[in-house]
Amino acid sequence: MTGQSQPSGRATADGDLRLVSLTKTFGSFTAVDDLDLTIPQGSFFALLGPSGCGKTTTLRMVAGLERPTAGHVFIGEHDITLTKPYQRPVNTVFQSYALFPHLSIIENVEFGLRRRGMKNTRRTAMEALELVQLPQLADRRPGQLSGGQQQRIALARAIVNRPSVLLLDEPLGALDLKLRRQMQIELKRIQLEVGLTFVHVTHDQEEAMTMADTIAVMNAGVIEQLGDPAELYERPHTTFVANFLGQSNLLPGAVTGSDGENVVVDVRGQSLRVPRSRCSAPDGAVWFGVRPEKLRIVTGGGGVTGNQLSGTVTDASFTGVSTQYLVKLGWDQEITVVQQNDGTPPLRPGQQVTVQWAPEHGFALGADQDAHAGEDVSDEALPVGAVP
Amino acid sequence: MTALAHGVAPGPDTGTPAPAARSGRKTPYLLLLPGMLWLAVFFAVPMAFLASTSLQTGSLEQGYVLTWHVQTYVDALQAYWPQFTRSIGYAASATVLGVLIGYPLAYAIAFKAGRWKNVLLVMVIAPFFTSFLIRTLAWQTILTNNGPVVKFFQATHLIDLMQFLGLTNNDQLMASKFAVICGLTYNFLPFMTLPLYASLERVDQRLLEAAGDLYASPFTGFRKITLPLSMPGLVAGTLLTFIPACGDYINSKLLGSTNTTMIGQVIDGQFLRVLDYPTAAALSFVLMVTIVVLVAVYVRRAGTEELV
Repeated sequence: MTGQSQPSGRATADGDLRLVSLTKTFGSFTAVDDLDLTIPQGSFFALLGPSGCGKTTTLRMVAGLERPTAGHVFIGEHDITLTKPYQRPVNTVFQSYALFPHLSIIENVEFGLRRRGMKNTRRTAMEALELVQLPQLADRRPGQLSGGQQQRIALARAIVNRPSVLLLDEPLGALDLKLRRQMQIELKRIQLEVGLTFVHVTHDQEEAMTMADTIAVMNAGVIEQLGDPAELYERPHTTFVANFLGQSNLLPGAVTGSDGENVVVDVRGQSLRVPRSRCSAPDGAVWFGVRPEKLRIVTGGGGVTGNQLSGTVTDASFTGVSTQYLVKLGWDQEITVVQQNDGTPPLRPGQQVTVQWAPEHGFALGADQDAHAGEDVSDEALPVGAVP
Repeated sequence: MTALAHGVAPGPDTGTPAPAARSGRKTPYLLLLPGMLWLAVFFAVPMAFLASTSLQTGSLEQGYVLTWHVQTYVDALQAYWPQFTRSIGYAASATVLGVLIGYPLAYAIAFKAGRWKNVLLVMVIAPFFTSFLIRTLAWQTILTNNGPVVKFFQATHLIDLMQFLGLTNNDQLMASKFAVICGLTYNFLPFMTLPLYASLERVDQRLLEAAGDLYASPFTGFRKITLPLSMPGLVAGTLLTFIPACGDYINSKLLGSTNTTMIGQVIDGQFLRVLDYPTAAALSFVLMVTIVVLVAVYVRRAGTEELV
């Protein structure tokens, strides 16, 4: 379940970033625990997790700023585990930006090129500034720029070196919401344009899903699940992923049998069905999960089209495009239902309703996990410069 | 009643804000006043006296008269030119040595000392708990003939090298150029170290991580990031060492000989023993102007527009 393996059968390309049994301990605390990961060249990869999950430590080990306790870091066939940061074809966009205050913007961007003795550094640096759409700021000092502009300069300063791997450490953490949305699109555009491998560390699940091709959800030093955003969202493999990425309703149940392609799960006397491929625990106790927006509320009987449960509306909150209802089920558990405001008359608290959903929208997870794992951590802001 | 109310109402509107604004404009000047008074009484007035004295002629018995006798400057400079250049040379040497000792020291305290940081800072300041004079006298004991330091220099034949460089006389360290520069360096080292420490301590270590990430070796990172960012401290430290060292007269008196006399010593002698006030005042003025010019050129060349 943990450390979900890579899609196999694909040969390692020249520039893939490979982490092999990577481990980092600080005293008795294990920040990163035996991590195996391959990040294909040219992909936009996100390491997503709450603060303290080991994602920043992993990033710092790739950058060479932290020495692994065990394991190896490869770029292509080169083992860079023990090389110094300045010897690695890796550049970082730091959370604090870390622009050099005594140098002009263009000198900041040129810094890496000059250290490697490149020619035409000024022209190359100007091209990078054009890529981030700020060539007019070339002669300013970092102190004269806004946060969003500094962020773009930090990106230009890293990207101009065309590293094998570009690391982004919570790069949008210090920006306000609107600017963050804008920069997400911008970052994605730049990544597609330059075709470099981006490894993006974030605790913001929406940010990760918007930008990344592949997301690895990290928790307590290990990877909980790895996959593309839709796959992670639609088919979480652990309760942590189910709760950390969006919201999930998790109902306690037990597998009682099968019905064709479906597994039958008994939840407090109600038989619910879920495709076998979406069931992580083939028998015994399970958490039966379903996303709030997959649920349909019907009043009165209605035709039985799939799974259904009945309950009482206890709360309705109108959020514009949708309305979020809380429905209390027979055994006092409340589930969340999100309904599009498509013109159907709103429901009042106290109303008896039936909640329905298609079997292929459910999923079942092993009951040995905490049903609340990963809740209420996704919005936690990471302090600037914090190293878990 | 209403007429009265209307008549009164505009009063506060037009009347009150104006005095408030006026006193607001005055506040900075009021705050400056004590300092300006202090400067006037203890700097401007004595300066005017000194300038006047340097252009007077006469004697102590008959009194001095302002005769605009500029020749005093020419005579004084002709007589004491060697002491003058020597002072600048010694002060410059002490400043360079101060940087060589003070920079690594400040760097170590700022970045490598860990929990010993405060202890080390106290140790840098500790010499101030005894008087300047006592500390300088202590160097007499340290460098004394047949003392361990001299023995070490003799055993390693470093003494011959220094003799060759003209820093010492014969087989001893006392009463030499070397001793005076040592004393100056030692006495002004805290003034070098503390501003350097203050500016180094402010250097964000994450900038060095970023430099390393951008292919700068630790040494290049120091040269391109730490050193430029510590320039304000370096400039402040060199000024705080060079300026007082130029005018110092204790070190050359206690650790030197007649061959190491510095200009401060000459001025001291002219004022307090020879009682030739015009010459002493003229030398003081020349020293001051020289230092101001040197400092102005230095600060301009060091390019510290971001200083302070």
